[in-house]
Amino acid sequence: MARPAAYSIWSLVRNALNQHEGWQRVWRQPEPKPVYDIVIIGGGGHGLATAYYLARKHGITNVAVIEKGWLGGGNTGRNTTVVRSNYLYDESSAIYEKSMQLWEGLSQELNYNTMFSQRGVLAIAHNRHGLEEQNRRGGAIRLNGIDSEWLSVAEVKAFCPIINTSPTLRYPICGAMLQRRGGNARHDAVAWGFARGADAAGVDVLQNTEVTAILREGGRAVGIETSRGTIRARRIGIVVAGHSGVLAGMAGFRLPIESYALQALVSEPIKPVLHTVIMSGAVHVYISQSDKGELVMGASRDSYNSYAQRGSFNIIEDQMAAVKELFPIVSRLRMMRMWAGIVDVCPDASPIIGKTPVENLYINCGWGTGGFKATPGSGWAFAHTLATGEPHPINAPFTLERFATGYLVDEHGAAGVAH
Amino acid sequence: MLLIACPHCGPREQTEFVCGGESHIERPPTPEALTDHDWGQYLFMRKNPKGWHYERWLHAQGCRRWFNVARHTVSHEVRATYPMGQPPPVIEG
Ligand SMILES: Cc1cc2nc3c(=O)[nH]c(=O)nc-3n(C[C@H](O)[C@H](O)[C@H](O)COP(=O)(O)OP(=O)(O)OC[C@H]3O[C@@H](n4cnc5c(N)ncnc54)[C@H](O)[C@@H]3O)c2cc1C
Ligand SMILES: [Zn+2]
Repeated sequence: MARPAAYSIWSLVRNALNQHEGWQRVWRQPEPKPVYDIVIIGGGGHGLATAYYLARKHGITNVAVIEKGWLGGGNTGRNTTVVRSNYLYDESSAIYEKSMQLWEGLSQELNYNTMFSQRGVLAIAHNRHGLEEQNRRGGAIRLNGIDSEWLSVAEVKAFCPIINTSPTLRYPICGAMLQRRGGNARHDAVAWGFARGADAAGVDVLQNTEVTAILREGGRAVGIETSRGTIRARRIGIVVAGHSGVLAGMAGFRLPIESYALQALVSEPIKPVLHTVIMSGAVHVYISQSDKGELVMGASRDSYNSYAQRGSFNIIEDQMAAVKELFPIVSRLRMMRMWAGIVDVCPDASPIIGKTPVENLYINCGWGTGGFKATPGSGWAFAHTLATGEPHPINAPFTLERFATGYLVDEHGAAGVAH
Repeated sequence: MLLIACPHCGPREQTEFVCGGESHIERPPTPEALTDHDWGQYLFMRKNPKGWHYERWLHAQGCRRWFNVARHTVSHEVRATYPMGQPPPVIEG
């Protein structure tokens, strides 16, 4: 089978000279096979990364990724791309930092530009309690060998000149916690890069294929029913974010997960004014600037269950009030587009990556409002779980059983904001 | 934005209310007899349906009373509001 040529400066020049007519299809459009070793349900970043590491790291290539829409059309293509690894607990540190280390080499590994930019992530404290919390958190993060710095108000102002540090603000800035290795990446490119890499290794990426049932025989999962026919598999992994409860329902078990709309919006493009990511948990907004020049902003999720990919207006109102107070220069900017994704929220704000009550059926979900940053690490750990049938030490704490044993990884409010 | 008819005050804007999540979850009558698994089911497991959802809301900036709402999680249509303690209405489809 002909594999696409590697991207390089030379391929760019060659194709530019040919009016860009020579670019190859990036992945195949195969017909589903009747049987695979492993089937992954959900073609978001996490599902595609799982397939990539199954093929590249574990040598398992008789794999299909089943996506009901288009690749990355779920939360992967809707998120605001904040990447950081400064979590409080050891369990979270291990998996998010693994992910960060994979991000740092990802574009080279995939031969695909994920536009990963370590421009720093700054979390603002607005009162004494916020400062104390940052101190404790920063200490825990550094003890886990992860970078974290504290900036005074003057240092915050020097780091980000457009921020309003006036002491007369309703919620004045008292200091901030900075992870310099944090930043942003291009969301679609992450899905496309993993899909291209997985496809090149022989994985079938099946778009426009919806899973409608999970076939069980004697309490074991043996395959799936899809809009393109029955597919059998030795092991099945569910990676469908907001639809996790729907898929679990097909297999006859429940999850501690609820689905909510989380929205974001962008302004009209302007000249570069913001070279970092800034988040405030207390006034609840976070902001960065895309390479196109748009200011990208998000806030909290809606409070009620939803599968509608449509956010409430009151959230926008609150978020714009907060952003205008922190960055007065945005007051006359027009906002261009808004959208929402359906996020899968766990009671302890940590993921579930491992076994289900059904044999041969595994799940990776519960990333909620903050799983984009975990895409490579989550795929890496889930690939190990699907390949061996057992979790890797970095995802072993994130079981479904923790909701019976009480061993929660309670990351609520990690770094103040949920992203 | 939702328009919710509080059974006590009539139709009001969603921002006056607080959503309390899935309704009709009963505390097990004999907690001491429960296994950890069953206790976990009661505490954490949720229906999270794509469809009609029966949920609790609090009229926080009104009469400050709790009540139930039958709402669709895709269309967001509010089909019924009814007092705490009443069984959920039967909705076709
Ligand atoms: C507005 C917003 C902002 C966010 N900001 C950040 C951020 O700044 N940083 C961060 O780290 N995280 C952020 N997140 C969270 C992040 O987007 C998600 O945690 C992450 O992208 C989840 O990836 P995934 O691959 O698990 O899910 P998805 O990308 O949602 O993929 C799941 C896929 O499963 C498919 N699927 C569902 N049902 C079926 C079926 N029956 N059959 C076949 N396929 C099916 C869906 O179509 C979908 O493509 C944000 C989320 C949103 C919505
Ligand atoms: Zn009322």
